[in-house]
Amino acid sequence: MKRVFPILGLLTAVLLSYALYEALVAAPTEQTMGNVQRIFYYHVPSAWTAFLLFFINFVCSIQYLVRPNPVADKLTNWTVIAIAIAACIAAFVIRPLPEGMEPSSVATTGLAIAGLYFLIKKCFSQTRTDALAVVTAEVGVVFCTVVLVTGPLWARPVWGIWWTWDVRLTSTLVLWLIYISYLMLRRFSTSGQTPVLAAALAVFGALDVPLVYFSIWIFRTQHPQPVIGGGGSIDPRMLHVLLINWLAFLFFAGLVCWSRYRLEILQREVEETQALEAMLEPGSRR
Amino acid sequence: MNFLYAAYAATWIIHIVYLGTLVRRYQRLSREIDELKKK
Amino acid sequence: MSESARVPSSVPSGVTGATLAKDLRLEWRSKDALNSMLFFSLLVVVVFSFSFDPNAEESRQIAGGLVWVAFLFAAVVALNQTWARELRNHVLDAYRVSPAPANSLFMAKALGNFVFVVVLEVLMTPLFIMFYKLRALGPAWQLIPVAALGTWALVVNGTFFAAISLRTRSREIMLPLLLFPLSIPALLAMVNATTAILTGELSAKFWIVLLTTYDVVFTIACLLLFELVLNAE
Repeated sequence: MKRVFPILGLLTAVLLSYALYEALVAAPTEQTMGNVQRIFYYHVPSAWTAFLLFFINFVCSIQYLVRPNPVADKLTNWTVIAIAIAACIAAFVIRPLPEGMEPSSVATTGLAIAGLYFLIKKCFSQTRTDALAVVTAEVGVVFCTVVLVTGPLWARPVWGIWWTWDVRLTSTLVLWLIYISYLMLRRFSTSGQTPVLAAALAVFGALDVPLVYFSIWIFRTQHPQPVIGGGGSIDPRMLHVLLINWLAFLFFAGLVCWSRYRLEILQREVEETQALEAMLEPGSRR
Repeated sequence: MNFLYAAYAATWIIHIVYLGTLVRRYQRLSREIDELKKK
Repeated sequence: MSESARVPSSVPSGVTGATLAKDLRLEWRSKDALNSMLFFSLLVVVVFSFSFDPNAEESRQIAGGLVWVAFLFAAVVALNQTWARELRNHVLDAYRVSPAPANSLFMAKALGNFVFVVVLEVLMTPLFIMFYKLRALGPAWQLIPVAALGTWALVVNGTFFAAISLRTRSREIMLPLLLFPLSIPALLAMVNATTAILTGELSAKFWIVLLTTYDVVFTIACLLLFELVLNAE
């Protein structure tokens, strides 16, 4: 295990450097925005990584809450399977799909969600699931901060404004705020059951995000605002660079999470040992 | 153009600062482990 | 607690009603929370009036936001003391070991808070109308469902997070820290619905639908998860 880490670290460094080169030099210059558009190659992969990490946190939180209760556990298992099946069916039955979605990707996403759920269930015990939740929340906040910083830095030169209340930016901001409050709860909680409380908060957060999306969508239909980073098709060469950067950042996020995870597990072991020592200390009160 | 470099720099500064906090926590933890081993 | 002993604890509405009645009665007798919240709300209205002195036209545009921010702060003051009384006398432990379902306790607390905050709103609204020369150009009756749904949105999550904050350091600041991010869609809906009704320019219907959805989703979530929170020591 220990030797894999430096090798992966080197691989990640190489990937990141290559991706950086691609983004700054090899990728074609955008027509209207010019070179500033290259921020896109860091902004979007960071966003996707942050959302993936927050999603893993959500899965861990659900599992932590549901696993002690066998009935709830079975119910959730079947719900997850149902979601995967529904996604596969919907992918090929719903015509036409919303813009930008392909049947294969919708089906794959559904299956990936189920796969992720059961993988975490199998590989992580209850306490380790909680450790994973903390880790993904923290690293997710880091990546989300990157998104919220690079976003305005891209918006300002191109659209002339630092910020706008469009769906994606606002949802990202709210998600960031929710997870900061999650981390604060973790830090300030004096309860022995902090994981349960934090998991409840994460579930609330997950319920909130679609509502945020919907509310901003209503707001914008009533008050049209400038659109940032509009949709539409993307040049295949740019897509290639985008995906390379995403892969590099995924490796990077994976390594950071792994380090943080090891730190977390070690910290818990030390705390347990310290607690035991305090109890067994000859002069201590029982 | 400056915005481009600022964005890339900001990204890495944020990541490096976070990794720095991880390193500091590791150091503090290994100190605590040494103290425990001494006992 | 003697009221709940007389009521069969297996009947959820019995426990809820009894707890709610007890809370309201206690509050009416001491008027602790109500007085402090009243004075706080008055101060907020006055301070806001000094900060913004708009004419009637502008005030219709901004009053929605101002009013709901003021109500939000008043609600936080109310929510912060929700569980304080229970904590002082270890009543919470008694609830935990009693066979009464945790949901009943939650509903009682949430309804009690709802009543408090609504009373506050009823008292603050004439002041706001006076200071900001407000007059609704749209259908004014719609303000009632907006106020009711919006207040419930704040109170239901607020009661839940007040219970979570009980087990944290810096209890008073933890509640708004946890509550505000999650309440953003509801706040957006409340403010925009109020502005739409006051200015009469747009329809508040979508916002009312959103508020209803928000209320339903989070009431269910709170009821499902409250037991876990109550039992976390």
